Amino acid sequence: MFVEADHAQRALVSGWGRTVPTAATVRRPRSVAETAAILGSAGPRGVIARGLGRAYGDAAQNAGGTVIDCTGLAGMRVDPDTGVVTAAAGMSVDALLRALIPHGWFVPVSPGTRQVTVGGAIAADIHGKNHHRDGSFSEALSSLRLILPSGEHRLVDRSDGRLFQATVGGMGLTGVIVEATFRCIPIRTSRMRVDTVRAANLEEALALMAEGDDAYRYSVAWIDLLARGPALGRSVLTRGDHAEPAELTPRDAADPLGFDPRVRLSVPPWAPPGLLNPMTVRAFNELWFRRAPRERRGEIQPLAGFFHPLDALAEWNRLYGRRGFLQYQFLLPFGAEGTLQEIVERVSASGVASFLAVLKRLGAASGGWMSFPAPGWTLTLDVPVRPRVLGLTRDLDAAVLAAGGRVYLAKDSVLRADAVERMYPRVMDFRALRSEIDPQRILRSDLARRLEL
Amino acid sequence: MKNALGVVDSVVVLGGRSEIGRAIARRLVRDGASRVVLAVRGGAAADAAVELGELGATVTVVDFDALDVDSHERLVRSIFASLGDVDVVVSAVGELGDQARYEREPAAAAASVRTNLVGHVSTGLAVAACLRAQGHGTLVVLSSVAGIRTRRSNFVYGCAKAGLDGFALGLADALHGTGATVMAVRPGYVHTAMSAHVPPAPMSVTVEDVADAVADGLRRGAVVVWVPQRLAGVFAVLRLLPRSVWRRMPT
Repeated sequence: MFVEADHAQRALVSGWGRTVPTAATVRRPRSVAETAAILGSAGPRGVIARGLGRAYGDAAQNAGGTVIDCTGLAGMRVDPDTGVVTAAAGMSVDALLRALIPHGWFVPVSPGTRQVTVGGAIAADIHGKNHHRDGSFSEALSSLRLILPSGEHRLVDRSDGRLFQATVGGMGLTGVIVEATFRCIPIRTSRMRVDTVRAANLEEALALMAEGDDAYRYSVAWIDLLARGPALGRSVLTRGDHAEPAELTPRDAADPLGFDPRVRLSVPPWAPPGLLNPMTVRAFNELWFRRAPRERRGEIQPLAGFFHPLDALAEWNRLYGRRGFLQYQFLLPFGAEGTLQEIVERVSASGVASFLAVLKRLGAASGGWMSFPAPGWTLTLDVPVRPRVLGLTRDLDAAVLAAGGRVYLAKDSVLRADAVERMYPRVMDFRALRSEIDPQRILRSDLARRLEL
Repeated sequence: MKNALGVVDSVVVLGGRSEIGRAIARRLVRDGASRVVLAVRGGAAADAAVELGELGATVTVVDFDALDVDSHERLVRSIFASLGDVDVVVSAVGELGDQARYEREPAAAAASVRTNLVGHVSTGLAVAACLRAQGHGTLVVLSSVAGIRTRRSNFVYGCAKAGLDGFALGLADALHGTGATVMAVRPGYVHTAMSAHVPPAPMSVTVEDVADAVADGLRRGAVVVWVPQRLAGVFAVLRLLPRSVWRRMPT
């Protein structure tokens, strides 16, 4: 019988891109003790921790093994004077913000969605619109609690050197993160003061960001990857800071720290495929570019609209249909702007309809061995899975490698193991540490298998 | 592990003398597969091993007797144990044979059905169990349009393919939701040494065409792959022809 007793508990697990689902036993512990027990009773194919499943590829799935859904590990406390938060690994950024904002604190790094967990934020060493000023999530991290493959519970901080640097950005492969302590940003309102400017092409966008980013805490550019010719890479830059109470309208000032974003719409499971095709995306891009002001300063916007626009549309990944999609995010070091131009040309020429395309200038790297951000430009694009896409991703990989760049593992679903070695110079150290603390490879994921981590 | 674009790491070909099986392995290795196991009678696949090795893969050749069903479970398990994770298994054993001879020699006909169907059932089930245990992977079964509606001109070959096609689809349903999948490949006439003695049918294809269709099917997660694709529409019609017409179709 194929449906054996233990296999009956299995479910198909995939990433946000809904590609390459594999079957695993999914367990959802409610306590640290339960988590440790699951880790301790791992079968021959190991375990991997999973948060809210926003990694696009196969980082949080484990074919034939166990996936520990850590979203049941909840709870947090905050020091109201210093803004230091200690939170369970399963707490989402959404839950954190709802608890923190009314008291005048903001998470040190906010990614483009609130639906990521603290554990995931550390495992991917996430970055946000403020990377150029504040760095990635690990910069604000003072310590984390890890259950090692041996079963030992360890409080890890920077003095642990190798283990800390292997764990931040380590895609969950050094142990199960159960708790973390980090510093928050003080805020006085839940609004943002935003400057918007349109760039007619890529060159202008890069120049504007290079010249002006440092005057803002937060900065990002939406880029039109279907534009061609002189408009290649035209963008809308939105940059801003947390607003002060004096800048609010009287109505907003009555509830300066109010924060209650709602999901406005949900894409149903039966959404027909092909809604996002070159025609519709081109039309959307045209509208979006034209609708943005050529230049506007000092606009007051709610937090959610500035940081998490896509969270208003639940299950938006369903728009890509059953075939799913992949997200390609890479960075190129400063000085490789020529390669960036070539890549944008190549993507535009391919006609691939990327619904989401974002460009950002990154700042200094954290010490994480497998951490993605480093000084340079990062471009993120969605790619529907179609036949000619393989050639495109191969070309992008080659261009990124040649320019000394790298691909973000939290988004990746197509890299080969040999490319990872060239993109992440510390991967040998990472593998060596894994062999030391996890000789039987109890921590394992499909990503680890694919990239030989 | 397979990536989101259908590129795989490891390939097993059961029936390493099959030209189609080899073409599939070549295509997958060109796309990025690094490990191949060729299972063939007497372990005789040196030329294929060299060719795939030159394309960059590590190739292992193992002895495999399609008729010795008692040995299949052990062999499949040992292949999986040696590779660790297996992404694709191609069930490629097959012989076209000679219909006229089969009609004269019933025992030879029965032997061809053992080769073309029976061995696939035992290996297929053993592979399915291993794929299920690892929670991922695809069994590619080389079916044929000859099995969609058997014809007077080659019904001994055709009936085995009909059985094989039914087995593949039933197994696909059994594995639904387990992470493991089955792909039934239904080529029309394929130009090979095996089919050289039979005149080509319309819409004939090469082994590379079949390999391309399999690679594309792996990307899409397809269960049924016709080669060329338009044969699906053709056979939707052919299946409905009255017997009196079908019987008289040119061979």
